[in-house]
Amino acid sequence: MIRSLTRIFFAEWRKLRRPTLLLGTMGAVAFFSVLVSSLLFLLIDSPQGNGDRGVRITREMLALPSGSTQAFTSIGNLLGIIALCVFAAQTAQEYSLGTLRNLLVRQPGRIRLLIGKLASMKAFAVIMTLVGAVISIGLSYILAGSKDVSTTLWFNSDGRIEVAKTLLNVFISILGFGIIGMVLGILLRSPISSISLGVLWLLIIENIVGAVKSSTLEWLPGSQLATVASGGTETISYTHALSLSGIYVGIALVLATVLFTKRDVAN
Amino acid sequence: MPQLAISVSDLSKKYDSGFAVSHTNFEVPAGTICGFVGPNGAGKTTTIRMLLGLISPSGGTGRILGEPITSPEKYLSQVGAMIEGPAFYPALSGAENLKVLATLGGFPLERVDQLLAQVGLADRGKSKYKTYSLGMKQRLGIAAALLPNPKLLILDEPTNGLDPEGIQEIRQLLRSLADGGTTVFVLRKGEVVFAGAMQDLFDAQQPFMLVKTENKDDLEKIISLAEGAGHKAHIRDGVAHIEGPAEWAGVLNKLAFEAGILLTQLSPQLPNLEETFFEMTGDQK
Repeated sequence: MIRSLTRIFFAEWRKLRRPTLLLGTMGAVAFFSVLVSSLLFLLIDSPQGNGDRGVRITREMLALPSGSTQAFTSIGNLLGIIALCVFAAQTAQEYSLGTLRNLLVRQPGRIRLLIGKLASMKAFAVIMTLVGAVISIGLSYILAGSKDVSTTLWFNSDGRIEVAKTLLNVFISILGFGIIGMVLGILLRSPISSISLGVLWLLIIENIVGAVKSSTLEWLPGSQLATVASGGTETISYTHALSLSGIYVGIALVLATVLFTKRDVAN
Repeated sequence: MPQLAISVSDLSKKYDSGFAVSHTNFEVPAGTICGFVGPNGAGKTTTIRMLLGLISPSGGTGRILGEPITSPEKYLSQVGAMIEGPAFYPALSGAENLKVLATLGGFPLERVDQLLAQVGLADRGKSKYKTYSLGMKQRLGIAAALLPNPKLLILDEPTNGLDPEGIQEIRQLLRSLADGGTTVFVLRKGEVVFAGAMQDLFDAQQPFMLVKTENKDDLEKIISLAEGAGHKAHIRDGVAHIEGPAEWAGVLNKLAFEAGILLTQLSPQLPNLEETFFEMTGDQK
């Protein structure tokens, strides 16, 4: 069992590590990390604000132990969308290219195949998280010096705990988004359809619904995962977001497993 | 190794629109090259998908290498398959595509280079799959099917897209695999005119004789004489083919002599594969 899972993991990793995908994705992660970190510090004195939706994040706030991860927290949602696209494309392409039949002939244990693929994609999500963290925290440290933001508290024990907590929260959030992408890939069997539906729902539909009736944001899946990445908000507690995200992802995984194991591979 | 590589009994697949495969029965002896022939939509690929565990049968049973098709994990490590054409990741090289499958199946990665050489892709292994011609894709599909060093090889139209030289190479490869004990099961589009063992095919055919005359115009007269005596006859490539046992050759010689026809060849023949093929398909070329 462990040997076959390891084989599936590394077989999937051969696909994930191809330069166009790995470098392209990490390039996107780096771009958003640099963009958000730069805006956070370079617009620190701007009356229009330097945070999400015009929120002002002051020098005093950035000097707190959580200051080093402020930018990283803000890109958590974007990293989640990237993960959703990668996981959805990687899964759906097995159907659209017809390669799933090759995989199943070499590994007929479908649940095992799904677990191994997911494990490999988790490893990809870990790398995304670490790249995003290193760039955003590193750039924040560099820019803090030029903008008179104190970094004394960033690397004391409280600061290190904040970094660890944020890494974990962003990773959970990225993984949640990724699993939703994977489920969409299995459900729709087309990379374009699954990515389109995922992005449409998370970036447009949830925002419109939330704008019309803000209380719905406490229940929508994308909003919960974004809240997990940020460690909780004023309106949605971290525990609530984490629990509800777990339920959504759990249901999605059960659905994916049933579909993947029971459905005929007829293309 | 079991005597039958594949045995299928009453195997069916029913969709809402009707039966894709209806109560199919066949057996494939181990160590043979066997064709699975039928027109488009006959259910060949659906049958193979059921044998490979990709779709579940609605009814019937089947065994591959002695194991029931309900437990594909028991036999698929000894089966190589290319169905409905090759399917690979376009952004990966041919070699990397094979390595994905080799890693997944737990086969040594060194086999990848050997197989690429075996199918004539040694110099293009590092090129991306999306740059391959149809023939090269087909060769890569065959290489992937050979990864497990299979006891049973299932190939769907393996010579599609290949040039005559490539077709010859693949035929030789399949022949050598069968000589080494691999059962080769090949799917082909076409109408089934005979199903069974080669000997049964020959036994169903009549012996015949080949006749040439000094004057080519006399061939028609020979045909008339043979048909007059109740024997089927036709002319192909300047030679009269007349059905009948070897003993009748003397009678034909006498009839020709009496008609003033000089024979330059009169040779009794047993049916061979080519003659039998032409006979069954009605192809007179």
